[in-house]
Amino acid sequence: MDITRRRLLMLLPAAAVAWKYVQAGTPEASPNYKLTEHWWGMLIDIPKCIGCGSCVRACAEENDVPEGYYRTWIERYHVADWKIERPEVESPDGGKQGFPPNQVGGKNFFVPKLCNHCADSPCTQVCPVGATFVTPDGVVLVDKTYCLGCRYCVQACPYGCRFINPKTNTAEKCSLCYHRITKGLTTACCEACPTGARQLADLKNPQDPIHEFLRTHNVQVLKPHMATGAKVFYNGMDGSVR
Amino acid sequence: MHIPVEGFMYPNEVELQWSVLIVLYPFITGLVAGAFILASLERVFRVDAVKPTYRLALLTALAFLLVAPLPLQLHLGHPERSLEMYLTPHRSSAMAMFGFVYLWYLTAVLLLEIWLDYRHDIVVKSQTTTGATRMIYRVLTLGSSNVSKRALHIDERLGYFITLIGIPSAFLLHGYVGFIFGSVKANPWWSSPLMPIVFIFSAMVSGIAAVMLLYMLSSRLRRRDIDLRCVDKIAQYLLYVFVIDFSLEMLDLLQRIYEADESFRSLDFMVHTRLWTSQVIIQILLGTVTPIALLALVQVLKLSDTTRKRIYSVAGCLTVIGIFAMRWNVVIGGQLFSKSFLGYTTYKMAFATREGLLTAIALMILPFGILWVLVKLLPPWPDAGSIPASGTAPAHGIS
Repeated sequence: MDITRRRLLMLLPAAAVAWKYVQAGTPEASPNYKLTEHWWGMLIDIPKCIGCGSCVRACAEENDVPEGYYRTWIERYHVADWKIERPEVESPDGGKQGFPPNQVGGKNFFVPKLCNHCADSPCTQVCPVGATFVTPDGVVLVDKTYCLGCRYCVQACPYGCRFINPKTNTAEKCSLCYHRITKGLTTACCEACPTGARQLADLKNPQDPIHEFLRTHNVQVLKPHMATGAKVFYNGMDGSVR
Repeated sequence: MHIPVEGFMYPNEVELQWSVLIVLYPFITGLVAGAFILASLERVFRVDAVKPTYRLALLTALAFLLVAPLPLQLHLGHPERSLEMYLTPHRSSAMAMFGFVYLWYLTAVLLLEIWLDYRHDIVVKSQTTTGATRMIYRVLTLGSSNVSKRALHIDERLGYFITLIGIPSAFLLHGYVGFIFGSVKANPWWSSPLMPIVFIFSAMVSGIAAVMLLYMLSSRLRRRDIDLRCVDKIAQYLLYVFVIDFSLEMLDLLQRIYEADESFRSLDFMVHTRLWTSQVIIQILLGTVTPIALLALVQVLKLSDTTRKRIYSVAGCLTVIGIFAMRWNVVIGGQLFSKSFLGYTTYKMAFATREGLLTAIALMILPFGILWVLVKLLPPWPDAGSIPASGTAPAHGIS
């Protein structure tokens, strides 16, 4: 077949579309996973957290999180006596390398933080192109091939969970290890936690122990007044936590 | 780059997300909306005194509107994807919808109104000039060269109708910018239903002040006498709008102080430390109270023409500086404190980077360059109508 200039010009756009498709790659297959059968969240059992930083390190390694940014982090609270409104909080390097010894007096405890995978997430609402979205199984994700990097979602998150990845110049946050949980695995942070302070929860699965736990414990979410439908539940959370 | 932090910030909060370019964005759109509303005073409300500034106000609005999206574009992590906002907009996003509000305002209001207003002049120039200039004006006629009495009457009626639509559109344009900030419930410094209203009134203040200054400056450059009756009227409107704007801002402040909710201690500390100079000194004292006092002085005292001109120049400059400081305090101030209300970060402006000081200065100079071209192309003042300054010859060749 002779390739004339006209034919070449006609073929080029088709070739460009095909090349984009090739570059996008094929999503990893999860043949037995049905999106509508799950509704993901997480349980954080504060009294069990020892602030070792294993979760932060595991997350950084699993998700190639750039230095100085955090998909998950740990905060240490020190509340002196009745000063519940003025806690002393620290999170050196996101708690990645653990913490120096506790202060004496008052109470000390650790609070792991991550994206709350809100059902009514403000970050999803404000994204101008819908690059951040809630999946049918309840996970808030970012499509980095579509994100403009306008940073509106970072401003809209009440929990400080988002950042701009300096390598991709797009918004990034905890994906609840979506690439793992859709294959029947747990998240990297849950797997690395030595005390079981973090537990992945499938709120749609009646067999999941989360239901029994929620029935029998006093559980809260962060900043409930924000009404974001947060799905990361905290057991034993002190009123000073924000 | 090490960023000094005081107290506790969530680890991802330390770095500021929106830089000085995002300060420019509401500042510039505010000038657009304000300039247009001043122009509409003459057209819709028949305030004849401000007629000398009508066309200049329209051209100013256009020059600034053309630059308005540039700071946003430069700020994006992926500017090449910005068109997606138009192609696949997310309807629940205030920012996505702003793109359409902007386009509506640019094409359906401003360009159309300017074209209708200048059509007669453009047709005449396309017939009286030669060479490349003639070509430009012929293109600008858009093929419509009918300047009969009836055609001009239709232009006039249509222009009036567009201005009528233009007023709520200008309110929408800048009110919407306010909404982009005011609707962020995660940020107590921004989250307020008053934000769009405060933005609209502050826009009117800055736009009116900017056109007043530009009119006085251009008259001086053209060696024409300033029509002081016109400037008196503009200054009067500026005072009225400024008083409303200041009252709204103080209302917001009083409400915050009296309610003293969980964020108050944190915000109060910020205003007394990091924002003290930019908010209390520059925005409130220098940029609001002083110009209001100066403008009020003119209303109560009988002052000479020269004194009034000087007062208007000083008050106008202080006003524009004050409104810029207000945008700065909203955008930058809203990012200096932690959403945990336990700590504060610092904004370090870069110098010669994509979002640095040099870029910001260039973006602020650009609209004046565009305005200069527009004024050359579409002179906003009829030469015959101007009064030559006493003792000076009319400047030939300056139009």
